[in-house]
Amino acid sequence: MITRSLIPQNLLLAGTLATLLVVPPAFAQQEGDKPAAQPAAPSVAPEASKPMPIQQPEPTTVPGRPDIPNAEVAKQLRNVAPLPFGAPEDKLPVSQLKLPKGFKVEVYASGIPNARSLRLGDKGTVFVSNRLLDKVYAIVDKNGKRETKVIASGLDRPNGLAFHKGTLYIAEGTKISKLEMIEDNLDNPPKPVVIYSDFLNHQSHGWKFMALGPDNKLYVNVGSPCNICEPPETNGQIRRINLDGSGAEVAARGVRNSVGFDWHPVTKELYFTDNGRDWLSEDLPEDELNRVTKIGQHFGFPYCHQGNFTDREMGWGRSCDEFEKPVALLGPHSAALGMRFYTGKMFPSQYQNAIFIARHGSWNRTKKIGGDVIVVKLNKDGSVKSQDPFLTGFLQNNEYSGRPVDVQVLKDGSLLVSDDHAGAVYRVTYGSTKVAAR
Amino acid sequence: MLGVCGPWQALSLVSFVVLIFLSALRVNADTLEGRLAPCLACHGANGQSTIPEVPSLGGQPAFYLTIQLLMFREKLWVVEPMNQMMQGLKDDDLRSMAAYLAKLRPPEPADGSIDPVRMERARTLIEQHRCNFCHGRDYSGEQNVPRLAGQREDYLVKALREYKNNTRRGYEASMADVLYLISDEQILDLAYFLSRLR
Repeated sequence: MITRSLIPQNLLLAGTLATLLVVPPAFAQQEGDKPAAQPAAPSVAPEASKPMPIQQPEPTTVPGRPDIPNAEVAKQLRNVAPLPFGAPEDKLPVSQLKLPKGFKVEVYASGIPNARSLRLGDKGTVFVSNRLLDKVYAIVDKNGKRETKVIASGLDRPNGLAFHKGTLYIAEGTKISKLEMIEDNLDNPPKPVVIYSDFLNHQSHGWKFMALGPDNKLYVNVGSPCNICEPPETNGQIRRINLDGSGAEVAARGVRNSVGFDWHPVTKELYFTDNGRDWLSEDLPEDELNRVTKIGQHFGFPYCHQGNFTDREMGWGRSCDEFEKPVALLGPHSAALGMRFYTGKMFPSQYQNAIFIARHGSWNRTKKIGGDVIVVKLNKDGSVKSQDPFLTGFLQNNEYSGRPVDVQVLKDGSLLVSDDHAGAVYRVTYGSTKVAAR
Repeated sequence: MLGVCGPWQALSLVSFVVLIFLSALRVNADTLEGRLAPCLACHGANGQSTIPEVPSLGGQPAFYLTIQLLMFREKLWVVEPMNQMMQGLKDDDLRSMAAYLAKLRPPEPADGSIDPVRMERARTLIEQHRCNFCHGRDYSGEQNVPRLAGQREDYLVKALREYKNNTRRGYEASMADVLYLISDEQILDLAYFLSRLR
């Protein structure tokens, strides 16, 4: 609050005006516990007054706007920025990570700033993408000795990766391109060749997740260009495209922003994670795990969240019954991203065909949740049986030492986990599997 | 005087100054001050820019500045001469430059009149879009979020317009989320308000 005595006399009027302007009503009420602690607003015309320092009052909850919390709470709701250079290997949080009994975790590769999507080549190359940076990396394992190479750079948010018969497909902000015969040319990679570019340019949810479907089509997320809005017809969907860029069609709509999907190994149905809207409340809505049983189904965004309540702005006149409901809720603001069905042979049989989901971790929540990998087990009919923590420990004292983005099953059945905060890839093994040399 | 120059005249003057200082850079590139001299020639030695559309850097959070310098070096955000000036610098160079700049004095608020109507319109917008959640209740910024108080009004307008039309990449996409629903008139009010804060 402005202290009158500190203000020169000739600025008193300006000071009164400025105070009236910047003090929310709630503040005035708290101070004097009276409807208006300030004198009635002077009826002077809003004439230009001399500039002066404008003091910001202590924000308080605004009456009728419980969505505007006080400053200390507000501060904890801001986005969490990943470390721009990643973390050195000796600073990676492996020793504090926790897994179910019998599992172990090691560093598979470090020094990959903003390590995002993971994809496995036919010859065992592990490809790693960027979202905030511009590169795609290849990790090559030669007799237990691993080497990381940059195979493409200067790309625009190259988050999405898919692999098919020797060709790596890269989904950037506004295009999909391909690198043919990439595993034979890691030291002299070809320039990416564009196969598809029918995307709007938008920064908000503009990066893409991509995967190859059992129908040999590329499935790519086309996110909503906002937190909450009526997205353009072209957005808020998962699209599928032939490998030559032709035949684009909508595979799922009403999707806010999916950064992970995979197909059930038996039923071949598409399952995808979807990130719920921000700024609604601490506990709502939860992120979703969805199942596509028919191509083109609508999953509710922006009208219905988590299958059971309509949006407070966009949901009027709509009903959640109009849309497909999620098969599981994955936690409020938890940022459920990459997911894979487990088809390897290393883990115990109860994990067969279960889904591993990387939860990047919340930002729009005072008490952070996520920053882990969970395992979702399914019933025979494809519905969800259970949901449990798998790899935890990145989140301690409400701070992240790492943030999982994607998972990838290797040929030996071990599971890779990428971390875009510390810039690393971890490997989870089971039993007496020898931890590979570095 | 720069204050009376149009942006284009200022721009050519900037290029000239940059050229001069780039040569100085080669001589003094081994000291932090030497490296920063060409930066401060445009951004203001005291942390306050006097050149249209060139931001003041004084009091910006070091982490925010490090990220901007990284984005220039990696050409994630293409703005000459910034991309060129960051070439060849190591991660630690970026960190130490950012740390130095962050310690410069925060800029003085814009001179000129204060229109209470515009200030009130901006304040309502800020409440609606929760700008102060991330930028701080005094708009001084923190971590990856920049200081806005006292920033040049023309630079704020430029930056907000670029976020709005997707020509400027943020490190995170938060600004694009927010700007999606903000009109150009509102951008002008926001910049007016923020540039007048201390």
